[in-house]
Amino acid sequence: MDLLRFITAGSVDDGKSTLIGRLLYDSKSILTDQLEAIERASKSRNDGSIDLALLTDGLRSEREQGITIDVAYRYFQTPKRKFIIVDAPGHIQYTRNMVTGASNCQLAIVLVDARLGVVEQTRRHSLIASLLGIPHLVVAINKMDLVGYSQDVYSDICIHYADLAKKLNAHQVTYIPMSALNGDNVVDRSTSMPWYEGPTLLDHLETVAINDESDGEPLDRHPARFPVQYVIRPQTAELHDYRGYAGKITSGLFRKGDSITILPSGATSTIEAIEVAEKHLDEAATPQSVILHLATDIDISRGDLIVRTERLPVTSQTVEAMLCWMDTKELKTGSKYILQVGTFRTRCSVREIAYQLNIETYEQIEGIDNLKLNDMAKVTLRTAQPISFDPYPKNRTTGGAILIDETSNVTVGALMLMGEV
Amino acid sequence: MNYLDQLESESIHIMREVAGQFERPALLFSGGKDSITLVHLALKAFRPGKLPFPLVHIDTGHNFQEVLNFRDKLAAQIGEKLIVRHVEDTIREKKLKEPTGRNATRNGLQTFTLLDAIEEWEFDACIGGARRDEEKARAKERVFSVRDEFGSWDPKRQRPELWNLYNGRIHKGENVRVFPISNWTELDVWNYIRREKIELPSIYFAHERELLIRDGKLMATAGGVIKPEADDQVVRRNVRFRTVGDISCTAASESKAATLDSVIAEIQATRISERGETRMDDQLSEAAMEDRKKGGYF
Repeated sequence: MDLLRFITAGSVDDGKSTLIGRLLYDSKSILTDQLEAIERASKSRNDGSIDLALLTDGLRSEREQGITIDVAYRYFQTPKRKFIIVDAPGHIQYTRNMVTGASNCQLAIVLVDARLGVVEQTRRHSLIASLLGIPHLVVAINKMDLVGYSQDVYSDICIHYADLAKKLNAHQVTYIPMSALNGDNVVDRSTSMPWYEGPTLLDHLETVAINDESDGEPLDRHPARFPVQYVIRPQTAELHDYRGYAGKITSGLFRKGDSITILPSGATSTIEAIEVAEKHLDEAATPQSVILHLATDIDISRGDLIVRTERLPVTSQTVEAMLCWMDTKELKTGSKYILQVGTFRTRCSVREIAYQLNIETYEQIEGIDNLKLNDMAKVTLRTAQPISFDPYPKNRTTGGAILIDETSNVTVGALMLMGEV
Repeated sequence: MNYLDQLESESIHIMREVAGQFERPALLFSGGKDSITLVHLALKAFRPGKLPFPLVHIDTGHNFQEVLNFRDKLAAQIGEKLIVRHVEDTIREKKLKEPTGRNATRNGLQTFTLLDAIEEWEFDACIGGARRDEEKARAKERVFSVRDEFGSWDPKRQRPELWNLYNGRIHKGENVRVFPISNWTELDVWNYIRREKIELPSIYFAHERELLIRDGKLMATAGGVIKPEADDQVVRRNVRFRTVGDISCTAASESKAATLDSVIAEIQATRISERGETRMDDQLSEAAMEDRKKGGYF
């Protein structure tokens, strides 16, 4: 059985909680005692009806305010697939939390209120999904019950959204008209919209092809990447010469005998053995965690990147990236941070902000020299040591990086590395 | 790739990040199925090397003897260091007041012993077996959860955590709680235990024992931890434990499931959540877990 991680962003008003509640409830994933707890809490709030948002908003302050502030993770499974729901906030002031949640997802559900159509929030959520490289988009046109289940309303929104999708270069967009409140087209097929012939939301989630990258190439043609996490050296009498490089294959496939290059040093060697749980394999592929043994003794430590020599990543000290700023302290041009890509860390400075991206109008604003919490921008960075990566649109795992504040130690920025300058 | 392989690889990756980023990590081991799974994953991550961290058990003095025996046997079998710290010692040294009354538990006092152990050994990272599907506050917590010098979790100041990049940089005195099986569900753990043939303490399987019925829950009389009161009915039943915590706050499930397959079949069929069925300590209030975490609890 395989695993799909998908994100849905929004708050009670958007119908997100109802949608998640509906998915869990209709797929029989809410257990009796959890439902009873929600019923009790709903009653104590004096509003009578069962508030499914209480299921998803896990923090006291979220329940008090009736909004989602941080990401929560929900788990459910059907006979066909396992799912992780990344339940994210929708408000603009919590954009960084949505970005955090989106980074690992293969599919995003963008909620559209059928009465309102495509609005700022739709544009913002769609942009984040697209910048974070989520391959599949589902446009959930919700609250169809409030527009009389009208096909015209649905078609108008689809046309309107297709325009947006073109601007975002989004390829795989699926439109589903639904009423999460009444359960239309969430798990069960709607009888009120006979004109809709596509899948229900759950049908789609169960059958969509899970591919992390959008280019669809076979695995062994992907660039092979292995950031070294830890060096295993038992130094016992019987394993005196044992030296294994532990890590997770973040892209592609390695075979015994492959010629490899170690970055940033550029040293070369070949793979002598691939080990998993004290057994030897002929080959291993992403996302396996393995131990690599090399034919020659070279200096390798945490932070080094082992790659197959036939397809090298970009290695550079001056790089362009899309940046989501995540700290309340402003970023100013020239500021210095620690950059982490894979397991490698180096200092860097933000040389230039090419433009800030308005995340609702998609307008590029030039002449900016500082960024505030939740701002998105195209930036140029200069690193103390060369970094090795693949452009983010080609590889989300090896092209993603974070910025860490040297004094507070907090993660302050998310980078999607685009290329060298 | 099969989902269990994906989850396993993600957890091994997280364990290795701990080894790579911290000076003095520890693995918090309770003898329950989740921490036993953690040990199994750690062996996969670091063998043939030694584990880069000791196992640490915070013993409330109210544990099931079967579990303590299992703990010692496992540590000896794998030849790794086991550190045990006792809540009773903290109570004595710090003159803590033990909760009394009908459903008194030392569960809350564990936090003091844990924070003392962190200080004593200067642990900068503590690996734990918490899962996000257990409880709604846990569903919100990051894999690397930074705690201040008082061990407190501040849900509003969580670090962004993107892709598979974990930021374990901390100031002296702070520590990070790390949850490698965050994304596993209860059933994933059981299926993994079955697939990997991981041994568990006997109390996870149906056995006959003496219990008392209190507030509709079956509580073990073992060790005299729970003192029977006049209206408690003492019975002998066939039970198993779905979670293993303190005798004082872990209820048993009536069951005839004596094998792993039959236990898993029962858990698959149940309509009650793991903590709902077995834990008395979460049911105090809507935010019981969130509040304990803010106080330094796991």
